[in-house]
Amino acid sequence: MYDGGKIIIGLIIGVGLLLSPFIYDAGKAAKPPAPELTEKAKEAKECVAETSYMKSSHMHLLDEWRHTVVRDGERYYKAKNGKVYYKSLQTTCLDCHSNKSKFCDQCHDYIGIDPYCWTCHIEPKENK
Amino acid sequence: MNFIISILFSGFAVSTLILIPWVGVGAFDLRVLFGVIVPYAAMATFFIGIIVRVIDWGKSPVPFRIPTTAGQEWSFPWIKSNPIDNPRGTGGVIVRMILEVLLFRSLFRNTRLEYRNADGGLKVDYEWEKWLWLAALAFHWSFLVIFLRHFRFFMEPIPSFVHLLDSLDGFLQMGVLPFNGLGVPCVYISDLLMLAAVTYLFFRRLYIPQVRYISLPADYFPLFLILALGLTGVLMRYFLRVDITAVKELAIGLFKFSPTVPEGIGVIFYIHLFILSVLIAYFPFSKLMHFAGVFLSPTRNLSNNNRFVRHVNPWDYPVQTHTYDEYEDEFRERMIEIGLPVEKQIEPKEEPKEEEKE
Repeated sequence: MYDGGKIIIGLIIGVGLLLSPFIYDAGKAAKPPAPELTEKAKEAKECVAETSYMKSSHMHLLDEWRHTVVRDGERYYKAKNGKVYYKSLQTTCLDCHSNKSKFCDQCHDYIGIDPYCWTCHIEPKENK
Repeated sequence: MNFIISILFSGFAVSTLILIPWVGVGAFDLRVLFGVIVPYAAMATFFIGIIVRVIDWGKSPVPFRIPTTAGQEWSFPWIKSNPIDNPRGTGGVIVRMILEVLLFRSLFRNTRLEYRNADGGLKVDYEWEKWLWLAALAFHWSFLVIFLRHFRFFMEPIPSFVHLLDSLDGFLQMGVLPFNGLGVPCVYISDLLMLAAVTYLFFRRLYIPQVRYISLPADYFPLFLILALGLTGVLMRYFLRVDITAVKELAIGLFKFSPTVPEGIGVIFYIHLFILSVLIAYFPFSKLMHFAGVFLSPTRNLSNNNRFVRHVNPWDYPVQTHTYDEYEDEFRERMIEIGLPVEKQIEPKEEPKEEEKE
């Protein structure tokens, strides 16, 4: 090889950077998050929509609620099962899911999301 | 090849690649194949392919420094030289390479030839052409940011630079838009930039006749593949949400060599992953190798020292020579016999003295 030393050093650096997730993750216990339900949430059994939808798309629902409440003044949400909910993060969502650190934060921290809900809304007080 | 055929061919290829995981996971639930086997195979192809190609390139000799420079060479102290564009040592080369790799300096010098009517005749003009450079810069940098942002799915715990990138890239709050969907999660600037830049780079190929003429399926295919990769990513983030905690479980599983295929990830994720797998598997065989190749551009990474360092051409074969000295050694006795002048006389052989032996 010509200039083989330099090329091989460059190759090692480049490939090493690309392989860094393998090196970084090796030997670390990466536990998938386990959001906990409060007693009240367990009792209610169902959220405003089915679990799979809430897991993946709750932020869309909240965004829609925000728009319709703030802009159109519509404060009531009719769920698929016919139940009517008051559209409010603090009084409806957090009524059941009052354990932010063991519910919201579980997945948000795992994925590295810092939602800006709490720049306006008040975080629930948790009994620790 | 006709450009319409090229585009149809590449478009058809990419559509097929989208359909394969769609059918495979959507209809046959082949999650292990598309979530574990294909990504591993693609990664292996990517890394082995890159190493093989770079080493292959390293074996090709560069016998002479190619001074395609835009600056004055170093010569006399009273002639001002350009140490970056025409470097004579390693320092200048490093600066030139950094500018090339990070800012695409040689693309910045791009000009466009134009004819202009002046004084009753045609005149040649070289126009400033910065759009290609700008789009290329926007594309490559947003692609890098997007790639690094994805490390939040690859690493646990998430390193701090990912959080920093995430907050800088996502500082726009699009909740002001009159429709729903782009408010939460926040819209990333790099997503929009990359899609816009790739679209521009595609239309540029169609719009400029000379570029259209030289464009091949090998140009359209990676463009379409990257466009499809970006579009599925954007769709997945803003419109067809999937359970991203499960996605991270799958990704971490791949990187920890303990692959899992969690339930409840939408097909769109497998399409995204499959397109990425195809892209990286195609990488070593395609023009995308400029990723490694830019570091090995001989006109950029070698200093222009032809005038004061001797470069021996490595493919010179050994030439059979017979110098005069060798000639005379061979024929000296006969030359002396016929009275030809010689440079070295035959030394009289000294006989060993017996006295010293004893």
